[in-house]
Amino acid sequence: MHKHVIVIYPHPDDESFGSSGTMTQFRNQGVPVTYLCGTLGEMGRNMGNPFFANRETLPDIRKKELLDACKILDVNVEMLGYRDKTIEFESRDEIAEHLKGYLEDIKPTLVITHYPGHAVHPDHDAMGAAAVEAVRKMDPEDRPEVWAQAITNDRYETLGKPDIVNNVEAEFDVKVAAIQAHRSQFEGMFQKMRQSPDFKGQYEDVMERFKHEEFYQWQFNN
Amino acid sequence: MKAIELDEVQKALDQYSNRDVYIHLETTNGAYAKHFDRNAYNVGAFIRNAEVRYTRAKLVDAGDAFRVGLKMDKGWIYAEGVTDWELNEDGQLLMAGHDSEGRVMVALQISENPFRY
Repeated sequence: MHKHVIVIYPHPDDESFGSSGTMTQFRNQGVPVTYLCGTLGEMGRNMGNPFFANRETLPDIRKKELLDACKILDVNVEMLGYRDKTIEFESRDEIAEHLKGYLEDIKPTLVITHYPGHAVHPDHDAMGAAAVEAVRKMDPEDRPEVWAQAITNDRYETLGKPDIVNNVEAEFDVKVAAIQAHRSQFEGMFQKMRQSPDFKGQYEDVMERFKHEEFYQWQFNN
Repeated sequence: MKAIELDEVQKALDQYSNRDVYIHLETTNGAYAKHFDRNAYNVGAFIRNAEVRYTRAKLVDAGDAFRVGLKMDKGWIYAEGVTDWELNEDGQLLMAGHDSEGRVMVALQISENPFRY
């Protein structure tokens, strides 16, 4: 059994859309979970529908949504203070060092993050790369497992089948509640998924997409 | 924010002319545009807290949206597709264009003090 799980993503809502079912499974087993959230999603395009946020109020609104979601998920959250859309332009090494500080402090046995290069949003790719780098910098003996999440449409063709597939139907109500806590974001995101010509035929319902959470086990070569 | 009313917003724009101000300007179709439609392109640009001074501002009614042009001594600032505005409690003039789902497509904001960074 894992001792502590750290989840590393760049945006408030990545945790709820991405791995909240898995987090809930760990919490139900009594495993502590900490979410390291890179930014406050300051540059988000969704402002609610009908819109109630603007570019200047969005960070505080999303911070509140993040805290609400993490309360629903019963996980600790740390906000890292980077700025939305800029993570790939920061020093990867500095971010990795920053993350490594948390890893050395909390000593997780598992880290969940985005699969660098296969996570669609440049912030996802950059944060995932920094997270993997943070673990790589550790003594191989002390390294936690890393589960990397790929969300590209061609992930199976390029990466093969995921190593871990969690059925989270039993945790689905918690997951949906956490997603809905991100009120400014979720309606717009669902709408895009429903309308997407590249998603049609993959899922009868957009919600089906969220009933399984998939990860690739990261292999370190050194 | 509320729907742009030409005279009111023009008046607000004029208040900042010939003064040193900070600008936030952005346009985007989102980081997921190509993910949701392979024929789409991800495009976007933003600048936050550029210090400028404009000598003239003009808001033009384009029917379903507005265009804003700011003339500087050595250049121009321009935004198209602006639909909504707000003068917030920090005295910042916020203007944005939203699509039918409430998503921001373009924003131009002007402030005497730097926007939060």
